[in-house]
Amino acid sequence: MVEMRRICKSFPGVVANDHVDFDVRSGEIHALLGENGAGKSTLMNVLAGLYKPESGVIKIKGRVVNFNSPRDAIHAGIGMIHQHFMLVPSQTVTENILLGLEEPRFHLNLREYDRIVFELGERFGLKVDPRAKIWQLSVGEQQRVEILKMLYRGADILIMDEPTAVLAPQEIEDLFVTLRAMAAEGKSIIFISHKLQEVMAIADRVTVLRKGKVTAAGLDARSTTRQELARQMVGRDVVFRVEKKPKEPGKVVLSIRDLHADNDKGLPALRGVSLDVRAGEIVGLAGVAGNGQRELAQVITGLRKCRSGQITLNGEPMTNRSALFGILRGVAHIPEDRTHVGTAPNLSVTDNVIMKQYRHPPLDRHGFLNMPFANKFALQLKSEYDIMVPTVETPVRLLSGGNLQRVILAREISGHPSLLVAVQPTRGLDVGAIEGVHRLLLQQREANAAILLISEELEELLSLSDRVFVIYEGQIMGEVKIEPGEEPSSELIETIGQMMTGTPLEKVHLGKAEQHV
Amino acid sequence: MSESAPVPVPKRRRFFPYRLRLEPRLKEPPAWYPVVLSVGAIVVALVIGGLVIAVAGGNPFASYAHIAQASFGSIGVLSDTLVKATPILMTSLACSIAFRMKLWNIGAEGQFIMGAFGASAVVLVPLFPPETSAWVVLPTMMLAGILAGALWGLIPGLLKAKLNVNEIISTLMMNYIAVSWINYWIFAVWTEGGFQMSPVFPKNAWLPRLLDYADAVPFFRGLTTHAGLLMGILVAILLWLVIYRSRWGYEIRLIGDNPRAAEYAGINITRNTVLVMILSGALAGLGGMSEVAGTVHRLQTSPIAAGYGFTGIIVAWLSKLNPLVAILVSVLFGALLLAGREIQPSGIPKMIQGIILVCLIGSDFLMRYRLHIERIAEEA
Repeated sequence: MVEMRRICKSFPGVVANDHVDFDVRSGEIHALLGENGAGKSTLMNVLAGLYKPESGVIKIKGRVVNFNSPRDAIHAGIGMIHQHFMLVPSQTVTENILLGLEEPRFHLNLREYDRIVFELGERFGLKVDPRAKIWQLSVGEQQRVEILKMLYRGADILIMDEPTAVLAPQEIEDLFVTLRAMAAEGKSIIFISHKLQEVMAIADRVTVLRKGKVTAAGLDARSTTRQELARQMVGRDVVFRVEKKPKEPGKVVLSIRDLHADNDKGLPALRGVSLDVRAGEIVGLAGVAGNGQRELAQVITGLRKCRSGQITLNGEPMTNRSALFGILRGVAHIPEDRTHVGTAPNLSVTDNVIMKQYRHPPLDRHGFLNMPFANKFALQLKSEYDIMVPTVETPVRLLSGGNLQRVILAREISGHPSLLVAVQPTRGLDVGAIEGVHRLLLQQREANAAILLISEELEELLSLSDRVFVIYEGQIMGEVKIEPGEEPSSELIETIGQMMTGTPLEKVHLGKAEQHV
Repeated sequence: MSESAPVPVPKRRRFFPYRLRLEPRLKEPPAWYPVVLSVGAIVVALVIGGLVIAVAGGNPFASYAHIAQASFGSIGVLSDTLVKATPILMTSLACSIAFRMKLWNIGAEGQFIMGAFGASAVVLVPLFPPETSAWVVLPTMMLAGILAGALWGLIPGLLKAKLNVNEIISTLMMNYIAVSWINYWIFAVWTEGGFQMSPVFPKNAWLPRLLDYADAVPFFRGLTTHAGLLMGILVAILLWLVIYRSRWGYEIRLIGDNPRAAEYAGINITRNTVLVMILSGALAGLGGMSEVAGTVHRLQTSPIAAGYGFTGIIVAWLSKLNPLVAILVSVLFGALLLAGREIQPSGIPKMIQGIILVCLIGSDFLMRYRLHIERIAEEA
């Protein structure tokens, strides 16, 4: 049905797809697996006509196509269902499905169309009331409307971008039933996911992407194992390592016990997380994005309330206290989102580096800001942290990603934190900048700060951390120790890979034991 | 299914072989650029306005000369311009502090009116015996004006902070309540012989004017510029210090630019929302006091509820929320208001105001983008 050959697509600074080949047969469910940023969505956006590839050939049903817009792709029978639904909340299901179509032209015989939509739903097991208004529907039902929309437009190749991310477990089951029904009718389904379990449960074949390249093409899902897929997805090559001295950790700085919290959608994101971070050690938190890492960082730094559990900082309880409470006690936070959380884009470098310390002298002078000192402080950080910017009055929105990250690091580290929560500190940075960030984190370790490093880069975690916890769906799967100065064994990496995809540490060991017998 | 065979692109002949392309600016433009841009925008606006005047049958050059003459032509009219500028300055300061935090307070008008009411109430209740010194009466009036205005800001502020009620709607609606409120008092309680205005205030409730000192300085004869202008300038300087030099101002700027970063920096947004709305209302209220005690000298709807709160929004915006720049822009708008009446009670002058505003706001676009004119390559 679909043949994609040597597709290349790059964005400023990243090669999202590097000569990717991809095939889909008719009537199959084909999973596209990979970590965040592996290039899955890019590839599918190319297929759906949203992006134009720089090179490569796409053939649909044996014919070479050249899409200029999503409309062309829909004409060719390709329908993409995005993570964020594109529905009009105040209109009914049928109205949403008809939206933007040429037929009906003027007279809306809604009853007739309600019937057609209903029958279409029956055929594929997509139960939804055609006359219900979108806002009345659950997320799962809205997804069904999106699928119906594509089916109504005659799509026979459906791309589903992480369809389970927004669904409750029961809804996931329903979705899988639907997908099988559609495949049985000869439709091809491309299922984008980074969740191994689901992929094993639903897919006929699997293609794995890593860093824009295909690492496994069209594997038969039945004849492969989760371990194998995890390995393909995460990779095992540790590219570079930084100098890390052995160091005896000090007292416990951050202690988390049985933490439960919800995500923005109100679904449980943390389900009983417990971990400790000691002074002078880097504790890594590994996991595929969206397994609760973001929420954990937010709860620790006071930006999100938890439902239950305890957090203490140097023995002092700080569960559900404000962000200010932590800031005043030396909690530093390198947020995942540099531009939307970490900085104020239109304010100057100076204004941005004093964000955490303006409350105290010498920056504060009886309610006024000591601007000469602030400027001196900013200039000092600029040279100390190599922030490339003409003047410290420059608004930070004009800074590159690496420089912006240096501004944040300079600010957070200059406060001599006792706890540093670093979330994805090197995402989107080039190699040189990454090394700089790593060096700074290790310096903080030397300075006896407790560091919680949350990252999706396994290599980074392995080269920096003293210990690594693995989180999966809001639960800690296990903890492994990393010996300083040693290459992590491939066995260790494999163990982490398995934990990242949902196998608790005990079971990993159990599996190994069985293999040995 | 669409045909996949490539469709030949027809060769098009371009009538105008250039294309305008916009590119986001990646570097901060030089310091002179915003000034030149603003002046350029005003020139463009005046040209458009001149065309409009010409179409309406007037002589644009004569009209503009007349406007300049009528607002800056002599010391007398200049003083009148400053009188007009005073309430605008106060309301624009009120708006600029709120807008700085991206709180869209459209209610400076109502807060201004309530300030005038509060100040008037001190005189009309009356709170003091007739022979009380102005040094007691005027500060009390200021306080009352500030409090009444602050209350009018506090209500939408609380609604926004606690219940996330859209402040644009609530402040706008509170304007109408304020007008009705003073109407009630003027019609029913403080009416002067059935007219819809209160009695004239006694002299101890008048802000000092330049002409009051004409005995000492003959030059001041007939000049009605009053102490409200001084208050306005003082407040502008203070507000500048608060916004750019104080801890609180820093918090406001941070929230205004990126509320999520502010939250991340441990700043309490809810509390600041209420505080800024109180301050904004208080400033507008002080403006109302200054107008009633400096110019009108009685509580009366039409000269008080004359739209100064709305003009303040425009001025705040044009001055890029900088209180010191707002002083200049207020004088400009005072002149336009004054001169406008010289030409026509309403209509063309208001329209020119509108054109200037649109051009200035439109020009802001060029602060962020640069225009490229490029030749289109002939496509084969």
